[in-house]
Amino acid sequence: MKRDALIAVVLFALVALVPFSGEAYWLRLGTTMLMYGVIAMSWNFIGGMAGYPSFAVAAFFGLGAYTGAVAQKFGLPMGLAWTCAGLAALAFAALLGVALLRLRGHYFAIASLVVAEVLRELVNSATELTGGGMGLNLPIPTMTSIDAQAAFFFYAMLGLVAITFAAMLLTTYSKLGFGLRCIQQNESAADMLGVDTTFYKVSAFMLSGVFVGMAGAVYASWVHYIEPPDVFDVLFSVKAIVMVLLGGAGSVFGPLFGAALFLSLEELVWRKFLEVHTGVLGLLIVLLVMFLPKGLLSLSNRLPWARKTR
Amino acid sequence: MAETLLKVAGLHAGYGDVQVLWGVNLEVPRGEIVCLVGSNGAGKTTLMRAISGLIPARGGTVGFAGENLTNASPERALAAGIAHVPEGRRLFAAMSVRDNLLMGAYLRRDGAQAVAEDLERMFAMFPILRQRQGQDAGTMSGGEQQMCAIARGLMGRPRLLLIDELSLGLAPAIVDQLCDTLRALNREGLSILVVEQDVATALDLASHAFVMDTGRVTRSGSSAELRDDPAIREAYLGSI
Repeated sequence: MKRDALIAVVLFALVALVPFSGEAYWLRLGTTMLMYGVIAMSWNFIGGMAGYPSFAVAAFFGLGAYTGAVAQKFGLPMGLAWTCAGLAALAFAALLGVALLRLRGHYFAIASLVVAEVLRELVNSATELTGGGMGLNLPIPTMTSIDAQAAFFFYAMLGLVAITFAAMLLTTYSKLGFGLRCIQQNESAADMLGVDTTFYKVSAFMLSGVFVGMAGAVYASWVHYIEPPDVFDVLFSVKAIVMVLLGGAGSVFGPLFGAALFLSLEELVWRKFLEVHTGVLGLLIVLLVMFLPKGLLSLSNRLPWARKTR
Repeated sequence: MAETLLKVAGLHAGYGDVQVLWGVNLEVPRGEIVCLVGSNGAGKTTLMRAISGLIPARGGTVGFAGENLTNASPERALAAGIAHVPEGRRLFAAMSVRDNLLMGAYLRRDGAQAVAEDLERMFAMFPILRQRQGQDAGTMSGGEQQMCAIARGLMGRPRLLLIDELSLGLAPAIVDQLCDTLRALNREGLSILVVEQDVATALDLASHAFVMDTGRVTRSGSSAELRDDPAIREAYLGSI
């Protein structure tokens, strides 16, 4: 655990140097990559550790984005708005978890998929509060330069990545992580041995919601304008899953690695195939599940950070 | 008959719209091995699941050592001293044998030292598990998995061990070995309720037997009595 933490600190310190490159493109790409990292690590709590294929990421992201945006509309300072977004996602995940986590496998996946759609419709129709389909403008941060703003949001996302990573690391090595692994492998056996499966699953779901919600709020502040189809995009859910599967589900560095790799693919390859973009995504999922269910990190177990987390 | 450890009275239970148990009465005396036999679909597994709290009772009571465990959670049933070795073993396939055993002690609060001692006891009882302790549980043979499942149950320090389908899919030699182990455990004071398809083996192992049919206990008595019962011989043992 200490070793993982150390590697992470070095990694994050290196990433923190990106804004000094002075390249706006790298800064934007880096911020997106960090956001994807938060999303992927969050999915790992419920999908990787507990083995529940959640598609609720888009719901948490959108909920966080709108909570943050509306809070800022009512004059809350940015940091407080982000906290509100995290708490909203946390509470929502708790309620949703109690209801949805009674379902298993595909049933759970489908049910969680619907949530984002429902929220999108709700936000669409609550025009006074959210601006509905017209979207919502956010106040532009009072910072000296555009460069400073870009760097600020980069560091905000990096901070969020660090928090999420710390939570994931702690969970992995805690009783909660052990229990979740048991649930993933055999839920009824875990139940039989006295693991409070409902509590554990809901906890994992809440952890998978809170940081995504905050990422949504940071994203909203970052881009200054959000609209329902943008933040409740089901692709957030799909991407989260692909990223984790790409990197290695249930492992500590897998989600981050997957996020970085995924975004690189997205940037380098897929913009050349705009028409079949989602098709390629689907194909990649199928190939991954069939041939590399444990992710790319499982390919090279000789690397120190691919060591099994037990 | 010794003092009653487990007393199931008029138990009704089922899944959704399907009611499986229709007023089951069953008793396990302290320090005995009791077997539960009956055809497929008679409700044996459902009864086990209701006793260990995995499904709720719709009527009737489950009493254990003076405690009312009707509708208790699995945690409470286990804490009270009932460990369940489920049908099909249900190990954590991708976890090591050692971790599987340690999971059996999940609810215990008597410290790592006591758990380590019990782990050692399990390895002494099933030496093959010591050899395989670092291996993924799912990669073992059926017999080894059953040993692992029983040992996992014992790690919870139960007073009553429920074993569902002891011999299912196992070689006869392994079944004999497991039966010997269960007798040894029983001599140390463990009470056992075992569901078994092979009625001859079951009556051989247990001192008392209950026969279930379509959700009810239709016959009970000492194993010797049932072994000599013409109807039982006809239905389960074949003409010997």
